[in-house]
Amino acid sequence: MWKNPEPKKTYDVIIVGGGGHGLGTAYYLAKEHGVKNIAVIEKGWIGSGNTGRNTTIIRSNYLWNESAFLYDHSVKLWENLSQELNYNMMFSQRGVMNLAHNEHDIKEMKRRISANRLNGLDTRWLETNEIKRLVPIMNTDNLRYPVLGAAFQPRGGVARHDAIAWGFAMRADEMGVDIIQNCEVQNIKTRNGKVEGVKTSKGFIKAKKVAVVASGHTSVLAKTAGVRLPLQSRPLQALVSEPIKPVINTVVMSNAVHAYVSQSDKGELVIGAGTDGYNSFTQRGGYDVIEETVRAIVELYPIFGKMKMLRQWGGIVDICPDASPIISKCEVKGLYFNCGWGTGGFKATPGSANVFAYTVAKDEPHKINAPFNLERFSDGRLIDEHGAAAVAH
Amino acid sequence: MILINCPYCGERDQSEFSSGGEAHVARPENSDHLNDKDWGQYVFYRDNPKGIFYERWVHTHGCRKWFNAVRNTSTDEILKIYKLGENPPSKESFSNTLKTPSGEPKVGSGNFTVKK
Repeated sequence: MWKNPEPKKTYDVIIVGGGGHGLGTAYYLAKEHGVKNIAVIEKGWIGSGNTGRNTTIIRSNYLWNESAFLYDHSVKLWENLSQELNYNMMFSQRGVMNLAHNEHDIKEMKRRISANRLNGLDTRWLETNEIKRLVPIMNTDNLRYPVLGAAFQPRGGVARHDAIAWGFAMRADEMGVDIIQNCEVQNIKTRNGKVEGVKTSKGFIKAKKVAVVASGHTSVLAKTAGVRLPLQSRPLQALVSEPIKPVINTVVMSNAVHAYVSQSDKGELVIGAGTDGYNSFTQRGGYDVIEETVRAIVELYPIFGKMKMLRQWGGIVDICPDASPIISKCEVKGLYFNCGWGTGGFKATPGSANVFAYTVAKDEPHKINAPFNLERFSDGRLIDEHGAAAVAH
Repeated sequence: MILINCPYCGERDQSEFSSGGEAHVARPENSDHLNDKDWGQYVFYRDNPKGIFYERWVHTHGCRKWFNAVRNTSTDEILKIYKLGENPPSKESFSNTLKTPSGEPKVGSGNFTVKK
């Protein structure tokens, strides 16, 4: 499907991190900006980090204009990605529902729906009886925090996590991008405030530009170039059940009791938990976090009470103080960061890669990612999306 | 699951505690005259190392007292716990606890220092 080349001595652009965002960046750099000499360097195998560890939920119902434009840019790309890459993304717009459990939730969500509609997004309010019609197995009234309504985005949904990594990888490979797996970038070398290349487990590789898309490990790499980023890395867990017949045909998220669930095409329930309450790079996560999520799932869907869970895993997510990403240049010339996606980067994969490629190619941000700069942490123009991020952290 | 040895109550489950993030972050003295960049550094930027991390914890569901800990974030192994006001142990004193280049012990993990 793609070659496994040995690294060349020098590249125009080195992308650190072979997840969906990194491979997508390589694809758009080659396709839209005509950059020829590109390498994607991945320490494991492509898509083995958070691309392979998330719950594949896609939506764009974010509160602020900046986020709505960024995430909806991504949803629009998702809508045509199977055709564009000629590879089945299994993109299924089955809708995403965010439940309200109290008065505050209702007010916050209705405000968000209004903001969404002003930005042209398709979010709408559902009353409890409409929720019940869409998800008959949900227990809406006989629980501690009853379901009082929901925000629903019909264009939201799920996609196959491997497909986006593999699709971008195949098409990038065809355009001559070197995808170098099992090669760890250990250091970013700089001289006189300019990037020189990267030191890897396969030796030094020279580069005119280095683009870091390493999710949880971004701040570790940035430190080697003397750059400090406002990120904290934490484990985020997910789990899947044994496969069952179709019971839930949409994605249901609940911020307040912290449980979200969808059903994969194989029939497994895909359940997302919250982040651990402390920094860690263990890729495991604590049991108490899963316990809390599973408790909420069983209360919301009593019929899941007797199901067995098959697998549980954790990924390391990099969280920004305002729960919005950083897609930005930095003080080192030729060094670019796409990070801080925290608990919700998968949905943004094609959009993020698309605007990041623009930023790297032109050495200036695309108008969509211009607000997602590093300067916002000193000039105060934060994009506070803790409400829409929908994962407790 | 991490066990944390509260200096006041003894060893308890991590779920009784809350993390307070990086320890020993001093509020700048000259905050009236601080520029936006330095103020941003104080408000938003915290260390995020893979390896030795000096951090604060509070025993929320216990004595509710704050204390400091040194933890290896690549294994979650707690290397040292000390009270507020005590001098932090030097980073070098933990260098031999990083068992592999990436910091992970060869087999399994767990906070065996606490159990000693």
